Amino acid sequence: MFPMPSPQELQDRITAALPGAEVRVEDLTGGGDHFRAEVVSDRFEGLSRIQQHKLIYDVFGDEVGGPIHALSIKTSTPTGATQ
Amino acid sequence: MTNDEIRGFIENAIKENSVMLFMKGTPHQPACGFSARTAGALNALGVQYAALDILPDPRIREELSGLSGWPTIPQLFVDGELVGGSDIVMEMFESGELASLLGAEQPEEEAFEPEPQPVQQRPIGLENKLD
Repeated sequence: MFPMPSPQELQDRITAALPGAEVRVEDLTGGGDHFRAEVVSDRFEGLSRIQQHKLIYDVFGDEVGGPIHALSIKTSTPTGATQ
Repeated sequence: MTNDEIRGFIENAIKENSVMLFMKGTPHQPACGFSARTAGALNALGVQYAALDILPDPRIREELSGLSGWPTIPQLFVDGELVGGSDIVMEMFESGELASLLGAEQPEEEAFEPEPQPVQQRPIGLENKLD
């Protein structure tokens, strides 16, 4: 099985997958299984919300729904974020 | 019921219901906060929708996620297309996009109840076919 993930680990893995992204991950419950990720990346430009969120889910594959019980996501682009 | 039958049932539910919500629990008794909020947004807009509880059999979720490529529950489909999970649905609810997508009227700010209210929900009844 997978080890229990930490917010820092999730943050690092998203950053590795989306170089240059601004990533913030918090553990919502302190239990190491409900997370919220806020990601600002120019990779999201021109993508639908579904496609943006899938990019994040894809980083974790089967772990979402497994050890990562819940991953709440908020995505935006650098231009969108500064509006 | 075989996995293929479950998948066929899910595909059919998405095709036959223009607003189709897959959730944990039911709109009346949601079993998860994310599902509760998503059903609550639909209820606040007063739209008619079908809902299916994915909990009775783990294969429902497996087949649904295999079909949609979306790993989490809830999942909202409108006119056969995946709109999103609870984060996207709530963002769209708050911005008014969900209301315009569903041809509903955006409720007044204070009218929104995050707790689901009784709705005109059509039971799909997969549960009864799983035995």
